[in-house]
Amino acid sequence: MPAVQAAEVFKRFGTVRALEGVSLSVEEGEFFGLLGPNGAGKTTLISALGGLVSADSGTLSVMGHDVTRDFRAARRAVGIVPQEIVFDPFFTVRETLEIQSGYFGLRRNAQWIDELLQRLALTSKANANMRALSGGMKRRVMVAQALVHRPPVIVLDEPTAGVDVELRQTLWQFIRSLNAAGHTIVLTTHYLEEAQQLCSRIAMMKDGRVVALGSTAGLLAEFSERVLRVKLESGTLPPALAARAQADPAGGFRIPIADVAHAEEALRELRTAGAAVASLEVAEPELEEVFVKIMRREEKVL
Amino acid sequence: MTGFPTLLYKEVLRFWKVSFQTVAAPVVSAILYLIVFAHALAAHVQAFPGVSYVEFLVPGLAMMSMLQNAFANSSSSLIQSKLTGNIIFILLPPMGPAEIFAAYLIASMVRGLVVGLGVFAATLWLVPVPLQHPLWAVAFAIVGTGILGVLGIVAGIWAERFDQLAGFQNFLVMPLTFLAGVFYSMHTLPPFWQSVSKLNPFFYAIDGFRYGFFGQSDVDPWTSLAFATVTLAALSWMTLHLIRRGYKLRH
Repeated sequence: MPAVQAAEVFKRFGTVRALEGVSLSVEEGEFFGLLGPNGAGKTTLISALGGLVSADSGTLSVMGHDVTRDFRAARRAVGIVPQEIVFDPFFTVRETLEIQSGYFGLRRNAQWIDELLQRLALTSKANANMRALSGGMKRRVMVAQALVHRPPVIVLDEPTAGVDVELRQTLWQFIRSLNAAGHTIVLTTHYLEEAQQLCSRIAMMKDGRVVALGSTAGLLAEFSERVLRVKLESGTLPPALAARAQADPAGGFRIPIADVAHAEEALRELRTAGAAVASLEVAEPELEEVFVKIMRREEKVL
Repeated sequence: MTGFPTLLYKEVLRFWKVSFQTVAAPVVSAILYLIVFAHALAAHVQAFPGVSYVEFLVPGLAMMSMLQNAFANSSSSLIQSKLTGNIIFILLPPMGPAEIFAAYLIASMVRGLVVGLGVFAATLWLVPVPLQHPLWAVAFAIVGTGILGVLGIVAGIWAERFDQLAGFQNFLVMPLTFLAGVFYSMHTLPPFWQSVSKLNPFFYAIDGFRYGFFGQSDVDPWTSLAFATVTLAALSWMTLHLIRRGYKLRH
């Protein structure tokens, strides 16, 4: 049974087609990335998962529970950290978490709340009013709110937007440990480096459609390559390299290589040709390149 | 029934934390009305035989405050949650439409009743009023605050901006409560305005409530109770339907 399953989900807001037949499934225990430019439909899909938005057609389920027919079980199974920072200014951090627990029918949840506070470095702020917290701390409280009921599926909608480096590290450490403990994680982010490091599988969305879906490694292998970045002080590329190389905007060349050993070979060829190397670096495949290529490919289709 | 008790608790705690504004302020307003109107009109008006005008005013003013505050509670809570976005913390948990409806409704009634008790507590040493039929008073207090609590839910869900809510409050709730016979007996009105008053559900709430104190009213209390209860039931059914459909809450 997949942790999250979407089948042919359509949603329109007036004339805007937010979701155009989205189908995907996230397996239990996965760390899944949902990427795409603004307006691709990621947040709409997440909202539909949490019942904030109802799909026009298609089905969505969490841990096998349909999000409309079996909404109570579905919502119990998922914890969503929304993108915008929101809070209730009437309450303290601890009250906020106690109330959120109560909404899930959990009356005695103090132990888990204490643990959440500690893991998210909020213990010292437990009795502070929500208004008094910095943006990063409010974000952490939102993460804790999404986790009060220990959901098997955790959805984070751009949790690190505008968040400082230290918090980002703490947050990922915590989320990784939850993933290791068996929680399924679905993440949207604009930081593709983060997605590359964290996610085992990725879906890319554009204009309400899933345009790429696969393992991170597979996508990297298919759409990105290892390149040798060379800048020459003098001389020119030997013809054998020049045939493969691409000029880059900074005035150097990008020479694709299958693995690091090929770098030496390329260097030897350069030396034989009498070219003097100013700088040299081996660039690993990057998700950013995959992303850009896929988005460009989709534009051509349209 | 998972989240209902907590949502109710949260809604009560929300107004109680700012009770200076939500309870003390309306009590003070009611006392000001009482003092001013009693001073200006006591010598000229006799509403019910054997009941002084000042006595007559107290239950009406209490009920008006109760109605207005019941409305204010659910409407302001909902619109604030919607505008700040924290409504999602209520929409994401596994709470059904009836749970959400009941929690907002009952919290509004609690606020109305607390304000009403406050008005009586504050006026007791100024103008003691008899309480001849407590059960009638309680019944109308419950139904009256219930009607306004539901209207507050509707307004809070419908309004997208504060000025829309203010419009609902100033052009519907205020006139209807003000013209519901708080300051006069309906029988003093010309026949046309008497029949208009009889279309106003708030009139029945106030008139029936007053019966609980003096044993006298413009309309038979059973009629008033029936009218008010039917209004409450119809509004509740409609509002529950709106929430179930996700009107302006779930898109």
